[in-house]
Amino acid sequence: MDLSIASILTLDGLTNGAIYALLGMGIVLVFTVTRVIFIPQGEFVAYGALTLAIFQTGKTPGTVWLLLILAGVAALMDLVTTWRHSGSAAGGLKAAARTFVLPAIICAVSAWAGPRNLPIGVQALLTVFIVTAFGPLVYRVAYQSLAGASSLVLLIVSVGVHFAMTGLGLLFFGAEGFRNPPFWDERMALGPLNVSGQALIIFAMSAALIVLLYLMFERSLYGKALRATAVNRLGARLMGISTQAAGQLTFAMTALIGALSGLLIGPTTTVFYDSGFLIGLKGFVAAVVGGLASYPGALLGALAVGVIESFGSFWASSFKEVIVFTIILPVLLWRSLRSGHSDEEH
Amino acid sequence: MTFKKKTTLAAVLALMAMGMAHADITIGVVQPLTGPASGLGIPVKNGIMIWPKTIAGETLKVVVLDDATDPTTGVKDTQRLVTEDKADVIIGSSATPVAIPMADVTAEAGTPQIATSPASLPPGKDKWFFRMPQSNDVMAYAVVAHMKKQNVKTVGFLGYTDAYGELWLKALTAEAAKNGIKIVATERFARSDTSVTGQVLKLTSANPDAILIVASGSGAGMPQKAVMERGYKGKVYQTHAAATQDLMRTAGKDAEGTFVVSGPATVAEQLPDSHPSKAAAVAFVQGYEKVYGPGSRNQFAGHSADALTVLEKAVPVALKKAKPGTPEFRAALRDALEGMGRTVLAHGVLNWTAQDHWGYTTETGVMLKVVNGAFKVEQ
Repeated sequence: MDLSIASILTLDGLTNGAIYALLGMGIVLVFTVTRVIFIPQGEFVAYGALTLAIFQTGKTPGTVWLLLILAGVAALMDLVTTWRHSGSAAGGLKAAARTFVLPAIICAVSAWAGPRNLPIGVQALLTVFIVTAFGPLVYRVAYQSLAGASSLVLLIVSVGVHFAMTGLGLLFFGAEGFRNPPFWDERMALGPLNVSGQALIIFAMSAALIVLLYLMFERSLYGKALRATAVNRLGARLMGISTQAAGQLTFAMTALIGALSGLLIGPTTTVFYDSGFLIGLKGFVAAVVGGLASYPGALLGALAVGVIESFGSFWASSFKEVIVFTIILPVLLWRSLRSGHSDEEH
Repeated sequence: MTFKKKTTLAAVLALMAMGMAHADITIGVVQPLTGPASGLGIPVKNGIMIWPKTIAGETLKVVVLDDATDPTTGVKDTQRLVTEDKADVIIGSSATPVAIPMADVTAEAGTPQIATSPASLPPGKDKWFFRMPQSNDVMAYAVVAHMKKQNVKTVGFLGYTDAYGELWLKALTAEAAKNGIKIVATERFARSDTSVTGQVLKLTSANPDAILIVASGSGAGMPQKAVMERGYKGKVYQTHAAATQDLMRTAGKDAEGTFVVSGPATVAEQLPDSHPSKAAAVAFVQGYEKVYGPGSRNQFAGHSADALTVLEKAVPVALKKAKPGTPEFRAALRDALEGMGRTVLAHGVLNWTAQDHWGYTTETGVMLKVVNGAFKVEQ
C-alpha cells in the first residue's frame, strides 16, 4: 500500500460514504420525529435508480401504477376516517381528494412522458417526484394508524414494508440489474487520482442537501415544527402541531433523500431490485454511530463506514461486509457505557 | 343375462389391460415460472411445449408445475408429481436452491430427476439426479486452455463470495495448476456491492496477465467496468453465467475485447464446423426460434431441447425392460441415462457415467469475444 492507493481508496470510500450519509440522515430524521426505524429507506434508493432506468428504456415504470394504487388506498382510508370522525361525507371526500390529487397528477404526467424519451434531466425530475410521493403515502397506509404504538411494533411494520417493497420491486423491474448513464461523463486526473464527474456530483448534491436540511430545521416553521415533534410529541400537539402532518412531511423528505441517492448511485454501479437494502443498512449503521439522534454524528459515521468499507475491500475482500457491520458493536458498547442506562421507553 | 355380464366384464378387463399396455410416459416438469428465477424457468417450459407428442411410439403426458423459485413449493410440486401423477421422470428446477431439496424427494421415490441447474449434491446423493448444465470444471478447462494459447502466465481472480464464485475458484485453481498458470491474487465481492475499487486496485497492483471475473448476468457489468476504468491492459475473462447481452448492456464500451466462455448452443451459427455440437445447436436454435421468434434463443431453452435428446436415447432402452408408470421402468430409465454413452447435444458432448452425473466432456466450452457489442466465437 502506498499513498496513491490509499488516496484512491479514500476517495472511493468518501464517495460511497456521502450516499450513506444522506441515507443515515434520512433514518435519523424519521426516527426522531416518528420513532420508526425506517428499514425500507434503501428501497427508495433502488426505486429511484430503477424508475429512471425504466424511463431510459422508453417505457412507463411500474412504480407509477403502484403509486396510483397506493394513493387510491390512502385516499380511501382518509375518506373513511374523516367520515367517521366528523360525520360528514363531504368532508371525507374532500380529505380523500386532497390525498389523491397530487399523486394522480404525477402518475398522469409520468404515463404521458414514459414512451416519449424525454431528456434525462426531465426523466430524473419525474423520478424524484414519483418516489417522493411514495413517502407520505407509505406513512399514511402503514404507520399513521399505529403512530402511538411502541417502537418495536413500528420496527416490525418496517420489516413488513421492506419485504413488500422489495417484492414489488422485483415485479416491476425484473431480476436483472440496470446501470444508468452518468449525468456528467467526465474524468479528471488529479495527481494519482482519477476523479469522475459523477463523484463530484455526488459530493456536491450531498453537501447541498445537508445544508438545505440544516436551513430548513433552523429557519423554517415546518422544520421547527418537526423538531418540536421530535423533542416531545404531546407537547407539540398541545402547541397545535399536527403529528400526522409532521409524520407525512418527514416521510416525504426521507423518500426525497432516497430518490436523490438512487439517482446519484445509479450511474456508478449496477442497481438491482434488492440492492437498496444493503445500502440502506449501511446508512443505518451510520445513523447508529450518531445514536439515531445526531445529524453530524450520522454524517461522520457514514463517511467512516464508507472509508472502512473501501479499505476493507482492499485488505480482506471476503470479509468486507463483516468488517463494516462489526463496527456497530464497539459503537453500541461505547454509547451504552457513556450514557449509563437508557432513558428511552422499554 | 349372466353371459352379457361376463362379456362386459371381459371387455372392461381387456380395456384395462390395453390401457396398461399403452401407458403414457409421464414427464413431470417443475420450473420457476414466477419469482426471481422466472427468466430461467419460462424458456425451459417454452422449449418443452414444442417437444414432439411421442417418444419411441409412446405418448408423452407432460405435467408442468410452477415452483415460484421457492424450495418449499418445489418440494411440494415434486411430491405431487411422484405420488399422484406417477411421473416417470422429473425435469427441473432451473433454480439451484429449488433443485437441491427436490433431489431428496426424487431419490426416495426412485424417480430420475434431470435438473436444469448446476446443483451440487454431496457425494453419493446424486444417484437419481442428472444435470443438464455444464459444470464449472468443464468451462474452466476451456478458459485455461485459451489462456495458455494466449501465453498467460499469471491470473487474478475477482469473483462472487457465494457458491458460484467458490466453485469457480476451485475449478480454476485445479486447471491452472495443471497448466503452470499462477493465481497471483484472489479477490471477492458481492452482487449487491456498490463498488469494487479496493479489490480491483489490489488485483492490478499484482499485475497479472489476465483477470477472470466470476459474476452472473447484469452483475458482471460493474466489476468489468471497474477493471477497465482502472486502466488495466491485460486480458479480461468472464464466465458462462455472464454470457448474455446483459454484460454489454451494463458495461457498455468497457466490455469490448473481453473473453467470455460459453456453451455452444446460443452461438450455433458461428460455431466452427469442427465443433461436435454444431448440428445439434443449429437444429435447436432453428426449431426454437421458428416458434418463439428470432433472437429468442437462450441457454435454458437449450437445456429443454437437450433433455429431449437424452430421453429419446434412454427411453427406448428402458421400454425394453418395463412399462412406463412402474418403478421398474423408472429404474431402467435411470440405468439407461447412466449408460447411454457419448451423446452430442446442443450444449456440448455429454457422457454420464455411474461416477459422474455432470458428464460434459472437455470438447464442450466455446470461447467468445465481445466485438462491437456482440459475441464472436474465437476460432
